[in-house]
Amino acid sequence: MNALQEKARELLATKTVRVVIGYGPGSGGQARALFVREAAQARELIFDETCLQNLAVYLMKPDVRQLGKAALVARPATLRTLLQLAAENQLEENSLLALVPGADGVLSLSTFSALEAQVASQDNELSVAEKSELEKFAAMGLDARREFWQEQFSRCLKCYACRAACPLCYCTRCTVECNQPQWIPVPAHDLGNLEWNVMRAMHLAGRCTNCGDCSRACPVGIPLYLLNQKLILDVSANFNSRSGMTAKADHSLSTFKPDDPEDFIK
Amino acid sequence: MKGMETDKRSIQREALAELMAQWCSEGKRVLAPKRSGGKVDFDRVTSLSEVSFDHVQTVQSPKSAVFPRVEELFSFRSTDGRVEIRERNLDTLPETVVFGLRPCDAAAFAALEAIFNWDGPDRLFSARRARTTLVTVACSRADEFCFCTSVGGGPGAVTGSDILLTDLGQGGFLAEIASAKGRELLSAAGSLFGPAGDADKESRLAKLPAVFPPDAVAAALAGLFAEPAFWEEQSRRCVGCGACAYVCPTCACFDIQDEGGATGKRLRCWDSCGFGLFTLHTSGHNPRPLQSQRWRQRLMHKFSYMPERQGVLGCVGCGRCARACPVDMNILEHIRAIAEARP
Repeated sequence: MNALQEKARELLATKTVRVVIGYGPGSGGQARALFVREAAQARELIFDETCLQNLAVYLMKPDVRQLGKAALVARPATLRTLLQLAAENQLEENSLLALVPGADGVLSLSTFSALEAQVASQDNELSVAEKSELEKFAAMGLDARREFWQEQFSRCLKCYACRAACPLCYCTRCTVECNQPQWIPVPAHDLGNLEWNVMRAMHLAGRCTNCGDCSRACPVGIPLYLLNQKLILDVSANFNSRSGMTAKADHSLSTFKPDDPEDFIK
Repeated sequence: MKGMETDKRSIQREALAELMAQWCSEGKRVLAPKRSGGKVDFDRVTSLSEVSFDHVQTVQSPKSAVFPRVEELFSFRSTDGRVEIRERNLDTLPETVVFGLRPCDAAAFAALEAIFNWDGPDRLFSARRARTTLVTVACSRADEFCFCTSVGGGPGAVTGSDILLTDLGQGGFLAEIASAKGRELLSAAGSLFGPAGDADKESRLAKLPAVFPPDAVAAALAGLFAEPAFWEEQSRRCVGCGACAYVCPTCACFDIQDEGGATGKRLRCWDSCGFGLFTLHTSGHNPRPLQSQRWRQRLMHKFSYMPERQGVLGCVGCGRCARACPVDMNILEHIRAIAEARP
């Protein structure tokens, strides 16, 4: 047994947690979410470069919540997500164990300060490749960018895989499902698709922790991460704030400060 | 229709290109698999050179040819309490050739027909279907998600196709003419086809042994409906999106939306039983509040309700749902578990 499997086995055997949400082998050489509820099953856990999904998405699911206290195998983006969920009052302190596999064994974090310290110690910046792709887009000009996104969104099926895969899309009733009035057109036509995808990006501005699961989930391959990453940089530049760094409320786009330097808001 | 007599011909790649050019010049809409940005999907093409042949399966099914993801049913205008309805002019629907679909996809049209025409013909669907010709390309390869042979199909099965092409190598195809529409296409371009010769079709096809009998699945499902733990176990990682339903060649559920005010359109839009909202009643009651119940519904519908009510399986083994699933809900794995379950 490796350190992660051993840790999971111990947590389950001592009934410290009722379920360990981790990764197991899946189809096509990829990993899939694995819900380990028996100590003996802990040996099925894996952790390698195929383990990409942000498992925090399951913390919001009623079907998973009913299993009891959970330990969650966390990648760097997952840890940011946990802090962001905490900041949005969606995660109680000590209600969960975040398991972080590393070179020196497995860290087990449950307090917000421990999560914050771990996140502060890891690389949270956009990669050089990510930044250079965004710069390419910024240089494209408005018309070219509009054309690019129109083509991308024209393929959107409105299957809502992006929403379902996103741990921060936890609303029990999404704006698109509110129909009195109908804010966003339901049909997957050009207008409906534009409004849906732009609305979703804006709802995640200042909140998205760049896990990339929306893009990985999209069956038709729309590069949604470009929107989210652009907004991460914009929020960082304009508000000097970065989502997922702290468990304290620091909502760049939904907080009013009396000393806001902008006049239009007063 | 095993052993159905087909008229066998051959056609060379250059002649096939000419045939496609001919369809386009006649104003037909030709939809075919096209590679773009690392994915292969059906798109409108005007030349054979745009068509992908080397993929296993497209992301989406060809069902949008007959069941678009958004379709206007009619338009309306309300003036002084009088409502005027304007029906769609069915004559404007395009003559369509779906080219390069797989035998499983061609078989799926029977399931769509069974649903749309169950208790009365669906005008729009039927009109589109009548104008659609299926020129299928047999599978020389399969992947771990394919299971057509377990649900009555096969990599070279001709059922549902108007013409089935099998790549014989060296630019030659076997062309099996399998329906009246297929014969129409042949008679309009007979000179492009040659005699079939004695080509060995079987050796060109993917080898895909069947792994479960569909009857065993239906029988097992009957005993599993009231076993919530079984469905919770299967569906725990499902995140409840509609990717599986939307890429599925037989999923036919739709939602009705009105757009506009006094003047507007009534639209039919794809919907999915995987969504929490799908069965939410006006009262607030939801008979399927849990994802596990929605997953159960998906499998029951395809493998139990449809065979029972429409006499046709709701799954053709194309594997698209499993490939598209963001969390690897592998339907074949789950169906095998059901077939082997002893509740």
